[in-house]
Amino acid sequence: MANVPRDLKYTREHEWAKQEGDRVRVGITAYAQEQLGDVVFVELPKVGAKVTASKNFGVVESVKAVSDLFAPVSGEVVEVNAELGQKPETVNQDPYGKGWMLVVKPSNKGEWDQLLTAQQYEEFLAQGGH
Amino acid sequence: MSTPLRRTPLYHEHVAAGARMVPFGGWEMPVQYTGIIEEHRAARSAVGLFDVSHMGEFEVEGPGALAALQHLTTNDVAALQVGQIQYSVLCYPNGTIVDDLTVYRMDDARYMITVNAGNIDKDWAHVTKSTEHIKDARWRNASEGTGLIAVQGPKAEALVGRLADRDVTAIGYYRFARGTVGEVPTVISRTGYTGEDGFELYAPADRTARLWKALLAEGRADGVAPIGLGARDTLRLEMKYALYGNDIDDTTNPLEAGLGWGVKPAKGEFIGREALEKIRAEGVRRRLVGIEMVDKAVARHGYPVHKDGRAVGIVTSGSYGPSVDRYIGIAYVETALAAVGTALEVEIRGQGKAAQVVRTPFYPSKVKKPG
Repeated sequence: MANVPRDLKYTREHEWAKQEGDRVRVGITAYAQEQLGDVVFVELPKVGAKVTASKNFGVVESVKAVSDLFAPVSGEVVEVNAELGQKPETVNQDPYGKGWMLVVKPSNKGEWDQLLTAQQYEEFLAQGGH
Repeated sequence: MSTPLRRTPLYHEHVAAGARMVPFGGWEMPVQYTGIIEEHRAARSAVGLFDVSHMGEFEVEGPGALAALQHLTTNDVAALQVGQIQYSVLCYPNGTIVDDLTVYRMDDARYMITVNAGNIDKDWAHVTKSTEHIKDARWRNASEGTGLIAVQGPKAEALVGRLADRDVTAIGYYRFARGTVGEVPTVISRTGYTGEDGFELYAPADRTARLWKALLAEGRADGVAPIGLGARDTLRLEMKYALYGNDIDDTTNPLEAGLGWGVKPAKGEFIGREALEKIRAEGVRRRLVGIEMVDKAVARHGYPVHKDGRAVGIVTSGSYGPSVDRYIGIAYVETALAAVGTALEVEIRGQGKAAQVVRTPFYPSKVKKPG
């Protein structure tokens, strides 16, 4: 079973979300990067862009496939992990750490509670993860 | 509708090794063992083992065997000596492609052809029906009973050499010899789909697992690695080797696909000859070229190619090339835009991304060409 940190929240599209004060950091889960295989390209929005919960905010491409990224919460992008442009493989190596993708300033606090807890995400994975 | 996926004689080896199994052309095949890029590098720097047992093998034998193959294939089979192999193409009467294949001259009047896995049933129907009128050519579909392992990489020759009962260094490129490898009777063929030196070993299906294990055990000190379909695809992409179903199919012809060197109308009649002669005389309208992304983006099969806002072609294969460390692809483009250095745009998720036509292969070939 893939690593699912307790202090994060999750989407059914395999993104994680971490509360950092009034900001939310976003990335993809260990399960997601395992399923993708070697990540070779990440396309992210620019700082200042608006993202919407459950809507596509970018793509991650492995050698074999293109996958959409979905925002866990709505809000304004205040930070983007520019490192991933040069080192997309960081997503595989450290999905919950250096492989983060965005920091969002949420516009709708209520959305946080809609996200899956670690336990719910684990149950979702146990049922096949899709 | 779901048909059960077919399994190669090495299925259990793959599962035991922890490979990720995926459907491919009707087969359940390993797409990766440890990771596509790592496997790709193992084949380029050491030696990789590929299960290609899913490919099809047909034999044709008898005084009419040569005539049957001359009628079916675009290349000149009469030029083949016993022990020699030829790359060739099966075409429809309109010049589009049924499949690409290799032709082996096993004996004076006996040949083997190796065809793509996903095309076995279609090809079998095509070759047997199209040659019904040719006397004394008996076809046999040996696909079920034949396993096939590709051993590719700079250490392939040494590895196979240590396990073989004969000198494999004497087998030239696109030549084969019979011999045992790890005590398994094989056809040792100096061919491959990676651009590396190496062999493809044909073995009886029920002995293929034994051969696989012998190669893995003996190759441990060489850094041998089993390689999945994912890296097989990136390795062949870096060489711009065409993949049936991606770069060539029944809507493309061998001349525009850059396979004209294997089309020999001077040999006499063959299926598609007239159409291909006409295309050659008029000039191809598009060409299959290698492209490299200038903007950071990954081109993929089916993405449109533009020039100055006009649709001028389509990407047929694309990915990250681990050995060239670039985003590379193969695309059909209008003939006038096929020159190396031509600036193009690939439409990726609605946005034009800069690309250019580049020289191929993307990665220098290491195959042992004579001379």
